[in-house]
Amino acid sequence: MSILVDEHTRLLVQGMGREGTFHAEQAIEYGTRVVGGVAPGRGGGAALGRPLFDTVAQAVAATGANASIIFVPAPFAADAILEAIEANLELVVCITDGIPVLDMVRVRRYLEGKPVRLIGPNCPGVISPGKAKVGIMPGHIHLPGRVGVISRSGTLTYEAVAQLTARGIGQSTCVGIGGDPVGGLSFIDCLALFEQDPETEAIVMIGEIGGTAEEEAAAYVAQHVSKPVIGFVAGQTAPPGRRMGHAGAIISGSQGTAASKIAAMEQSGITVVKSPADIGATVAAVLAARGGK
Amino acid sequence: MQLHEYQGKALLRRYGIPVPRGEVATSPAEAQRVAEALGGTTWVVKAQIHAGGRGKAGGIRRATSPQEVARLAADLLGRRLVTPQTGPQGQEVHRVLVEEGCDIAQELYCSVLVDRQAGKPLVMLSPAGGMDIEEVAATTPERIFREHVDVLLGLAAFQARRLASHLEARAEARRALQELLPKLYRLFEENDCSLVEVNPLALTSSGAPLAVDVKITLDDNALFRHPELAAWRDPHAEDPLEVEAAKYRLSYVKLTGNVGCIVNGAGLAMATMDIIKLAGAEPANFLDVGGGASAETVANAFRILMADPNVRAVFINIFGGILRCDVFAQGVVQAATQVQVKVPVVVRMEGTNVEEGRRLLATSGLNIIVATDMADAARKVVQAIRGGRA
Repeated sequence: MSILVDEHTRLLVQGMGREGTFHAEQAIEYGTRVVGGVAPGRGGGAALGRPLFDTVAQAVAATGANASIIFVPAPFAADAILEAIEANLELVVCITDGIPVLDMVRVRRYLEGKPVRLIGPNCPGVISPGKAKVGIMPGHIHLPGRVGVISRSGTLTYEAVAQLTARGIGQSTCVGIGGDPVGGLSFIDCLALFEQDPETEAIVMIGEIGGTAEEEAAAYVAQHVSKPVIGFVAGQTAPPGRRMGHAGAIISGSQGTAASKIAAMEQSGITVVKSPADIGATVAAVLAARGGK
Repeated sequence: MQLHEYQGKALLRRYGIPVPRGEVATSPAEAQRVAEALGGTTWVVKAQIHAGGRGKAGGIRRATSPQEVARLAADLLGRRLVTPQTGPQGQEVHRVLVEEGCDIAQELYCSVLVDRQAGKPLVMLSPAGGMDIEEVAATTPERIFREHVDVLLGLAAFQARRLASHLEARAEARRALQELLPKLYRLFEENDCSLVEVNPLALTSSGAPLAVDVKITLDDNALFRHPELAAWRDPHAEDPLEVEAAKYRLSYVKLTGNVGCIVNGAGLAMATMDIIKLAGAEPANFLDVGGGASAETVANAFRILMADPNVRAVFINIFGGILRCDVFAQGVVQAATQVQVKVPVVVRMEGTNVEEGRRLLATSGLNIIVATDMADAARKVVQAIRGGRA
């Protein structure tokens, strides 16, 4: 098994511009079932051999899509997410970065009580290696297997995954939850899903400075996660008050420091990796200590 | 993007929130004219910089004559003010705000921000005005009152009433606050702020609220729908290299070390800084070239790094996903022909088209040290710094 996406995912691509088309093609090559695209004004046409629609509702009615990936530009992206939520898709992945925070606050409010899972925005998406790729990550660095990966960043996740794959350690699912202050699925949501997934045997959690999501996740791990968790926090050297690229990666006052996150993780029994070069080796050691189960 | 105090107060005025009368001045003579026009017997001269802690650093002064206002303005203008929030190099004062002295009976604290954990706006009110709110939160958290806002409703009247009801203040002051708080929330929402902090929010002896100081931060991602506010940006208050980087859509933050970094992705860029530190050196910057970097973006990144005199070696860390390694390598080669690169450059590349990328660098004739992984690159860059030129 895996979480969030697999061979049953029927994917819609919202925003079939240059980027959306490129990544839709990559997803198809990887074996993802891409069933159509939404491009207002181009309904009735086709791209990559898939039908295009003006609205998400039309696309869902015609294709039976159950998931969507969004590449719509930032000023209009929140509206695209709302449209996907309204259509009751099971999973909505928003790749777009630079969405105004208050737009996402409105999206979160609209999402309340709805049976829709949102990943992102400002994220690389989600991949279940060998099954489906709903994101912009390079597919070839992944390997099917039993380690779940959750991360707030993009290329740092690729780095961690490549280190795992280089050691022959495969992944069940890799989720990039995104680097914005307000978004969809949290570390805790993903930890809960991985804990439930019988094929996931260990979890890698990659955090970064800013906010308190890692601290909350650590507390959750102590209470509810029986599987081994390996953690890393990027930004140990970041100065306070400066935004490190991601809108969410900022230390404000005493909140959000790497030291506080690492301490919380260690207290919860998470194996914390100090150097980003040692993620793969640490996972290998943790798995070996479990007797290679 | 941060607003100066005088800009923030202009916004408050638009929403009918009372602020002390005053004007901004850029010369001592102008400051004196402002004081004379305001009239009265006491004035306050406030340095306009993007950092808190001005009071203790001598950036807020009282005067009892317009001549004294001019003297204080002369002292502040052009000075580099060092506060706990500016860093040791301080910030140069280009403007002062001259205001009438006001009668303050009580100082409150009030702010609106987005609570990330809840994913909702949060309004906070505290009787502990004028103090560092972090300290209040740490020592006497029961003195901070909070209301989460349903973004579809705005701050409801009952919530404003509930906030005000916690305060020991006269009935008319509470009523005035009940009117003020929803206005402050509307300002926050309608202008896409990340933070509106009024501290202190004074109550005068007649019970009228007065926003004595305000700090407003705008959401950079939403500036596209607020062109008027975007034009308020003060480039003098920002690092010139960061302003330059922003033009090329590079995400750059200047730091104090001597290893320049060029990385794709914010998380990997932070992790690169971390591994430099673990290897015993200090990063000179955070720099994310982003996913869609072209050869030109890379050349611009090099130009910015080379303009920082502290940089003694460059660490390039690229994990090619969307950004292909061969495209990136072409950028490095192109950059080297346009920008004089006088320091050793350590390159670690992985991912899409890495073989072609490495070949391009190896055959370029450039003085490039190739590393196999992040740890190897960090070691080599530290070696390069210690050994001088590689």
